[in-house]
Amino acid sequence: MTARASTLAESLAGAMREICGPADVLTDPLERRTYECDGLTSHRTVPALVVLPEAAAEVAAVVRVCASAGVPFVARGSGTGLSGGAVPHAEGVLIVMSRMRRVLEIDPVSRRAVVEPGVTNLSVTQAAAPHGLFYAPDPSSQVVCSVGGNVAENSGGAHCLKHGFTVNHVLGLEIVTPAGELTWLGDGTGVGSGYDLLGAFTGSEGTLGIVTKIVVKLTPAPEAVHLVLAAYDSLEAGGRAVTDIIAAGIVPAAIEMMDALSIEAAEAAVHCGYPEGASAVLLVELDGPAAEVEAELATVRGICEAAGAREIRAADDPAQRAGIWAGRKSAFAAVGRLSPAYIVQDGVVPRTALGDVLARIAKLSAETGIRVANVFHAGDGNLHPLVLYNDAVPGEAEQAEVVSGAILDACIEYGGSITGEHGVGVDKSRYMPKMFSADDLDTMQLVRCAFDPASLCNPGKIFPTPRLCGEVPGHRRGPHPASASGAEIF
Amino acid sequence: MSFRTDAADSIRKELLAACGEVEGSVAFPASTEEAAAVMRVAAEHELAVVPRGGGSRLSWGTPATRCDLVADLTRMSSVVEHSSGDLVARLQAGARMGDVAAVLAAAGQEIALDVPGGATVGGVVASGLAGPRRLRYGTPRDLLIGITIVRADGTVAKSGGKVVKNVAGYDLGKLFAGSAGTLGLITEATFRLHPLPAARAFVSAEYGPMPGGSGGVVPPGENGAVSVACDAVAAAANSPLVSSAVELVRSAPGGPILVGVLLEGSAEGVQARSMRMANLLGKAEVAVDPPDWWPGAPRAVDGETLIRASFWVSALGQVLDAVETTAGRFGVSPVIEGSAGAGVLYLRVGGEAGAHAVAGFVAGLRGAVAGERNAGQRGAVTVLAAPAPVREELGGRGGMDGAVPGLALMRAVKDQFDPGHRMAPGRFPC
Repeated sequence: MTARASTLAESLAGAMREICGPADVLTDPLERRTYECDGLTSHRTVPALVVLPEAAAEVAAVVRVCASAGVPFVARGSGTGLSGGAVPHAEGVLIVMSRMRRVLEIDPVSRRAVVEPGVTNLSVTQAAAPHGLFYAPDPSSQVVCSVGGNVAENSGGAHCLKHGFTVNHVLGLEIVTPAGELTWLGDGTGVGSGYDLLGAFTGSEGTLGIVTKIVVKLTPAPEAVHLVLAAYDSLEAGGRAVTDIIAAGIVPAAIEMMDALSIEAAEAAVHCGYPEGASAVLLVELDGPAAEVEAELATVRGICEAAGAREIRAADDPAQRAGIWAGRKSAFAAVGRLSPAYIVQDGVVPRTALGDVLARIAKLSAETGIRVANVFHAGDGNLHPLVLYNDAVPGEAEQAEVVSGAILDACIEYGGSITGEHGVGVDKSRYMPKMFSADDLDTMQLVRCAFDPASLCNPGKIFPTPRLCGEVPGHRRGPHPASASGAEIF
Repeated sequence: MSFRTDAADSIRKELLAACGEVEGSVAFPASTEEAAAVMRVAAEHELAVVPRGGGSRLSWGTPATRCDLVADLTRMSSVVEHSSGDLVARLQAGARMGDVAAVLAAAGQEIALDVPGGATVGGVVASGLAGPRRLRYGTPRDLLIGITIVRADGTVAKSGGKVVKNVAGYDLGKLFAGSAGTLGLITEATFRLHPLPAARAFVSAEYGPMPGGSGGVVPPGENGAVSVACDAVAAAANSPLVSSAVELVRSAPGGPILVGVLLEGSAEGVQARSMRMANLLGKAEVAVDPPDWWPGAPRAVDGETLIRASFWVSALGQVLDAVETTAGRFGVSPVIEGSAGAGVLYLRVGGEAGAHAVAGFVAGLRGAVAGERNAGQRGAVTVLAAPAPVREELGGRGGMDGAVPGLALMRAVKDQFDPGHRMAPGRFPC
């Protein structure tokens, strides 16, 4: 069965070469293997065929070939995703979008840019910067991650607390539908007629089609940016400061917190010079008009002191800020120094439940002996617990999985989410029924059925159980009872 | 309006069993469960259903071609949860925005949409209504973080939740925001909130026809006011001073143009920013209260045609010129107002203009502003509300919406959610 289907996808190689050119179709097993996973390396599948189209028309033609052959296809951007959203299909075609990487247009007066999907997130900001503008969504991987991938995952970043997510900054999408047709979603002005398919598509993890062009909103670069670092003897004290900042009516650009273990790891990795022996480091970034930021800075300093900070630092020049951010941004990778293996978790709780959930995580850790380093976006309750384990010790990986799952259970219990920014992908589809009812999932999949009734576009992601698009529960056909009796009832 | 047949009597009995309050052909569910029961009865009898909140925008768009049952959500009027520490509020669909605002204001918070107090939560979401501050905060779809809906067949479903950061599953809230009741009933919505600003200032300026004139009509393209006003709008919208709104009003084509900017923040900050903004706009006034011409969310008075033009801000001058030229050609005199800095203007044409002229104006403007939609994606002209004769005239001229990108997919979505086409049938787009 597998062999036959594989052959089917491979048999499309000739047609794909005609579309993309011979150099842009990979059939060699070693070459194909380089695409076997994305940023979530625990899930690996070698695709049957890899194509690298260079234009929207090529993508459409590739998809049409797949659709008519009934072969599944998966789009891939830069492959930095952390939930396995770009894991290939063993019997399918992997469509790599990284050759489409032009910034097509910047209109500084309108604050708009038009880009191809393979463009990296940071290069949009770089293209906008000479005009005093920037592209606000900034996932940590912004140097390499693609805007097309950001659209698929509705990427956030440390600054989404104030500036919003990808979906708040995308105004138009040219897509190839799963049937292979080019169409626009949204009219590029952000004021569309009819259904907001642009909004529904963004964050659909590549299951509704493939993006080929993106109209994004640019934002005036802030006049002033201040970063405050406050060190505390406990996470609770840091948490109090966060609560008081929010209560003071301030919406910082970012509020990040790290616990002792992640501070230790970051210090060892990048010598970021965080205050020694701190149990928690809080980073608060304020941006905006100079006069506002000055006022907020004074308030935030006062609040951080009142919450018992043992040390406060403030930085306003870009180099100093980058130095402080380096510790936070290195935290994930740095944890590799503390542990041979680890799981990066991505759960969300209402911000006011942070203390309770962190206590729960500490208890889980104590009970199991599995260490957990906590790095989190404190402003919006998005936790990134790093669950550390030694894969050389039998059973420890499984135990780490259990702890990791129990953390998600706690997030759900407190009314949060199983993913704040990494997506569901292949990694978390099994948790979806814990967060959503069967009816919720069924209803979401109506959208899938509208876009991709044959379920060929990135199948097996997000939803644990695919819906059969042919069945329409509860619908009846027959004469309208009132009209049958000739009455007009309204 | 009442049920009159034997079948209708039994329908009413079933509806009464479903939700306890039925008047004529209007059911008033008091909970999501009751709304689901009502929808199941409607599905059983294949009734066409029109959802209703405050009812103020029922006449927008194309009217439903059939309506057997109105599902009125106004009994579902509670603030289910206001978690001020999380800046989140969960609301029933029939809650009035004014009542909600009062509850949130007690904690110094708000839903940052400038909508009328009498509008309901569900109505605002379903119509995608937003006022001047859309520039900074967006529209309902940007502030909505969770939604509960009842499908045409009575199935209850939710998506999102009560945390702002959440990418689990498809976002049904986006789909239902602006869906005008055509996909199902909205019964609950959860919004992210913003702190009420400590201070605000309105900076406004007037750009008249060239000096020396006595308000006489200046030919389009030679009207210095347009280019000066456009520069002011762009400067205000692009300024790092962070404008919450950049509004423009012109009460008649060729007339003076009013530009107003709203700044929000701390008392000291707003004071400093408003001085600088006033310099940016030229001879400008700064006030704590909105100028008397400050627009709210778009509204249509009976008999008027309400048109929305959306565009890239760099095309603002072309849009204003096109309005002037086209209005002159068809002998109409639209009032122009809206969020110029966000690329949205609303044009209101009074009922005294003939339907043929209004439709001609719309089609002409569409040709000038929207161009080839699928190629450019730079602008659109949409009729939000119009009297029947204008709607009929528009029939052969692009209709209310003109060419809409993604229409085939929209129809497929409609078919999936409402296969019997019973939810506000005939209303755009399907």
